[in-house]
Amino acid sequence: MLRQRDYSLLGKDGERAVEMGLAAADWYLSEVPRSELKSLMRRSDRIAIRDTLLWLGGLILFAGIGIALWPSIWSAPFWLAYGVLYGSAGDSRWHEAGHGTAFSTQWMNEVVYQLGSFMMMRNPTAWRWSHIRHHTDTIIVGRDPEIAVMRPPDAIRICLNLLAIPNAVQSFTRMGYHVTGRLHPEEATYVPEQEWNKVILESRIWCVIYALTIAATLWWSTLLPLMVIGLPSIYGAWHHILTGVLQHAALAEDVLDHRLNTRTFYTNPITRFVYWNMNYHVEHHMFPMVPYHALPRLHALIRDDLPEPDKSMWHAYRQVLPVLIRQLRGEDVFLVRELPDSAQPYRAELHNMI
Amino acid sequence: MAEWVEACAAEDIEAEDLIRFDHGDFTYAIYRSPNDRFYCTDGLCTHEQVHLADGLVMDNIIECPKHNGRFDYRTGKARGAPACVDLNVYPTKVENGRVFIQI
Ligand code: FES
Repeated sequence: MLRQRDYSLLGKDGERAVEMGLAAADWYLSEVPRSELKSLMRRSDRIAIRDTLLWLGGLILFAGIGIALWPSIWSAPFWLAYGVLYGSAGDSRWHEAGHGTAFSTQWMNEVVYQLGSFMMMRNPTAWRWSHIRHHTDTIIVGRDPEIAVMRPPDAIRICLNLLAIPNAVQSFTRMGYHVTGRLHPEEATYVPEQEWNKVILESRIWCVIYALTIAATLWWSTLLPLMVIGLPSIYGAWHHILTGVLQHAALAEDVLDHRLNTRTFYTNPITRFVYWNMNYHVEHHMFPMVPYHALPRLHALIRDDLPEPDKSMWHAYRQVLPVLIRQLRGEDVFLVRELPDSAQPYRAELHNMI
Repeated sequence: MAEWVEACAAEDIEAEDLIRFDHGDFTYAIYRSPNDRFYCTDGLCTHEQVHLADGLVMDNIIECPKHNGRFDYRTGKARGAPACVDLNVYPTKVENGRVFIQI
């Protein structure tokens, strides 16, 4: 039988997690010699600028062709490509720049972070703190605000998520709070008070941008302005949802070892470019200071201490979907990832917990 | 009354790096800057009490390994979210190749 869980940050499972010592706890770390780790943690403006120019160049190119061919059906593939770079690559840029690990020059991280936040409709300040909590309390029920697939899974929500509908609804609801000078009660649990004014100001600026975009759409009686700003967060979200769901879905909850609750999978170079190597997700959670471009190297270094990665997204979904279906039927099941013989075993106390 | 405590050999710390130093009930972080100066701060991040010794020194900044919070280790000033509260800093001196901190 599936234990009823309360995923809200204000509920009893959050209190339970604190009582059990699961909040802000010590997590398992694979051993990496300090000298290796230092070299892995090094940032590189050169690599991040190259990749950012490719990304921005792709956005301009595909939007340009899409506009030129509009409203012909031949514009569709270009909007598809533009949408993925906006509504999915925007997510990975938001994420990496938010960690401050993409560029060695901090203002560049900040610029890309603001841009990615806008593309993903995530208030930059509120989401910075939300993601910090996700790293402190990864998949701890009642503590982690970024649990994408809960138990039992909400199948309708997951499908709607492919079009980022719940995200857009949540974003605009929260923006409503912010423009009226308030924070949503859940946000107030993780955003420190001295940051609240920033949250409110950012949302007010965004409101003006969206209002101008809608005004342009109405004025010129064409959907084009919204095709460029706003709608791609929705029609381009599918890629980041398909990759993002795999980060933790169907794995353990309430454990303190990322090998148990986080997934690494191999994938093709295009997905890795869009996703900025976040398919190496166990590695990222264990060592969030390692920039995206060094994750394959980190993976090679610690792979003997990690569960075997899924060979592809398809392979991963073939493991995940049956478990989600069983959870939907009310079974309290999840995947326990097998460790190779070379790995440090899961700590016994973690096994007892799950 | 503050006292000078011998913490480590200067050569124990690479340039642009840090080490952890425990003394009594406290833990400290001792830094060697790129221009070979030594600094000392509290050893735990003010955000969530994580050891800074596992972090990365970049120029005059120490970045926390947990959430990438940043501090200027010369002054202890918090320089980037989620680090909001400054670190305490402690004077250092080097004598005969040994690093001392005043605590
Ligand atoms: S523990 Fe140091 S930044 Fe969070």
